[in-house]
Amino acid sequence: MKIFRSHLLICGGTGCQASGSIAVKQSLVEEIEKRNLAEEIKIVETGCNGFCALGPILVVYPEGVIYITLKPEDIPHLVEEHLIKGRIVDRLLYREPGTDKVIPTMQDIPFFAYQELRVLKNRGLIDPEKIEEYIARDGYAGMAKALTEMTPDQIVQEVLDSGLRGRGGAGFPTGLKWKFAAQSKSDIKYVLCNADEGDPGAFMDRSVLEADPHAVLEGMVIAAKAIGSKHGYIYCRAEYPLAIHRLNIAIAQAKEAGLLGKNILGTGIDFDLEIYQGAGAFVCGEETALMTSIEGKRGMPRPRPPFPAVAGLWQKPSILNNVETLANIGQIILRGAKWYASVGTEKSKGTKVFALTGDVANVGLVEVPMGTKLGTIVYDIGGGIPKGKKFKAAQLGGPSGGCIPVQHLNAPVDYEKVAELGAIMGSGGLIVMNEDKCAVDMARFFMDFCQDESCGKCTPCREGTKRMLDILTNITQGKGKEGDIELLEEMAAVIKNAALCGLGQTAPNPVLSTIRYFRKEYEQHIRDHRCVAAVCSAMFKSPCQHTCPIEMDIPSYIALIRAERLDDAYKILLQTNPPSAAEFATTSARQNAGAAILTNLSRLNS
Amino acid sequence: MAKLTIDDLKKIKEKVHKEMSLRDGDRRVKVTVHMGTCGIASGAKEVMDALLQEIETAGANDVIVTTSGCMGLCSREPLVTVEILNQEPIKYEYMNPNKMRQVFKRHILAGEIQTPFVLARGAEVTR
Repeated sequence: MKIFRSHLLICGGTGCQASGSIAVKQSLVEEIEKRNLAEEIKIVETGCNGFCALGPILVVYPEGVIYITLKPEDIPHLVEEHLIKGRIVDRLLYREPGTDKVIPTMQDIPFFAYQELRVLKNRGLIDPEKIEEYIARDGYAGMAKALTEMTPDQIVQEVLDSGLRGRGGAGFPTGLKWKFAAQSKSDIKYVLCNADEGDPGAFMDRSVLEADPHAVLEGMVIAAKAIGSKHGYIYCRAEYPLAIHRLNIAIAQAKEAGLLGKNILGTGIDFDLEIYQGAGAFVCGEETALMTSIEGKRGMPRPRPPFPAVAGLWQKPSILNNVETLANIGQIILRGAKWYASVGTEKSKGTKVFALTGDVANVGLVEVPMGTKLGTIVYDIGGGIPKGKKFKAAQLGGPSGGCIPVQHLNAPVDYEKVAELGAIMGSGGLIVMNEDKCAVDMARFFMDFCQDESCGKCTPCREGTKRMLDILTNITQGKGKEGDIELLEEMAAVIKNAALCGLGQTAPNPVLSTIRYFRKEYEQHIRDHRCVAAVCSAMFKSPCQHTCPIEMDIPSYIALIRAERLDDAYKILLQTNPPSAAEFATTSARQNAGAAILTNLSRLNS
Repeated sequence: MAKLTIDDLKKIKEKVHKEMSLRDGDRRVKVTVHMGTCGIASGAKEVMDALLQEIETAGANDVIVTTSGCMGLCSREPLVTVEILNQEPIKYEYMNPNKMRQVFKRHILAGEIQTPFVLARGAEVTR
């Protein structure tokens, strides 16, 4: 055992790597080496810390001081001050937006303080490439308990009692899924992990795989015992190279340690698994399409029944669980169903991980108990909307979900409430939109995505999404007609009913939910050719003129000013904005023009 | 790595948990080694090395070590402050590796303040 006086945990998640954490780590290693501190100070590269907006992030233990947005050139000073002289470097700390208050320690920053970490309990705290660090934090203890002390029925019952529901989006009770598969008779069964996270703006599963890959493996072994399976696959998209890299390391370590493969922990149970890399098609997140893809065919869904629990991969009974679902399993077994169900709402137990993105100050990864208010997530944890803008809506569930507008900011986020409001929990992508976003354009964006990703097998999805996209595009271009909204609603109902798989069945959701909450915006687009957020640019010459309350011809006005034709510019001003008689008498026309330019320019810049 | 048994799992857990307990934030004793230029020049580094060595040997995972800068009493360096939870901090002066080992065994582990080496009780106050 080697005791270090300080551990430096540098975030090596994809987010922080993109903002330069590798270079920061390199600089840290060199500096520690140069100062002869390598024997006293340990550098650990962790998975995603969650505070992605402020990366690269470094947490210094034992103090728990968090440094943000580091650059390699900050490192020599930081090492000198903090690690040698014991003085915290003020300028690299987190400052609370608004108050500018400095908050040095991680757990005191509101972003972290309101979270309840279960699935993410190891995030930013262990080195994901070291199995020992996972084991040190109770890793594989749940698996050991399941393999030695529990029968398959007891495992299924424990998961049922915990109330855990599928974190991939639909929220089907996980225990029930396992029960069906356990009851199916077959020599060969498969445990599958769905890591094909494809919603725009979602990165929960990627972060779990990068920060704590062993948790997923542990969940899969427990599932394997529960249903009597000997082989599994993790279906992960090839666009997640770091997740796949860390998974491969984790699998190799687990196999070497006898935690995967033959005779696990000497209990006589065999389970082996491998990664199947998907090409990144959205439809392959759908269970039957995913299985078809593993079989080596083109990833397209097939009609159900038969359900995968009866005839899944290669027509054998299979269960497919999402990354986050599986990452919960080890702890449920170890700490019990009662512990798990101690947080959450009546029908939605436990916690949920959200990828918080969009127009929010603290973009990042958050985990909160089910039933936490949307406002708490957006304002307390997320830090609110930057630049003093107003909250318009939050899109939950990506292209399959819907939006929750400002009047429902107090809604507790759980499966039931979210469905009631016309969105879905989805895998956990939470995109915040401010007042500058256009509801119609957003619906068009998601429809474009679904249309692009539609596999084309069934007509309602293939043709329906295309026609809906046409109508939405027309509306955003000012070519909408009376009756378009009703037509969209009618088509949405048909597609929802008739599409073969989840992709098509949920594709109309963003349209329906924006019509539900922002019908007036649709009507303005169609009748007045007006987009209040000034997003749909085909309908106007310039955003400033379009949103100007008196519709002044600002572009011409500015062009004339630029050409120094101030008198002509003033005439443009007069067309829509005649000055009052008193003003006219006391100030010259040019002064007026000058003041108005300033006002208008500041408008443009904002 | 050999194939693990359930006992091995427990052993790894205990061993590595000690190494990582620093990241939990709960601790009983905080030892500050004053490492300004004056401290380092008079041997603070050796004092700290001895302390880390002792912690490792004893497996004391409830003791954390931090450094701080010069506290102004350069003539009495190396200085070490021992803070046991809910007790007044004790400052030791003219430390060396041997005294450090004694302080660790007798004060940090057994709770007896090593009066001959003590400079003062309490923390320095800035006005």
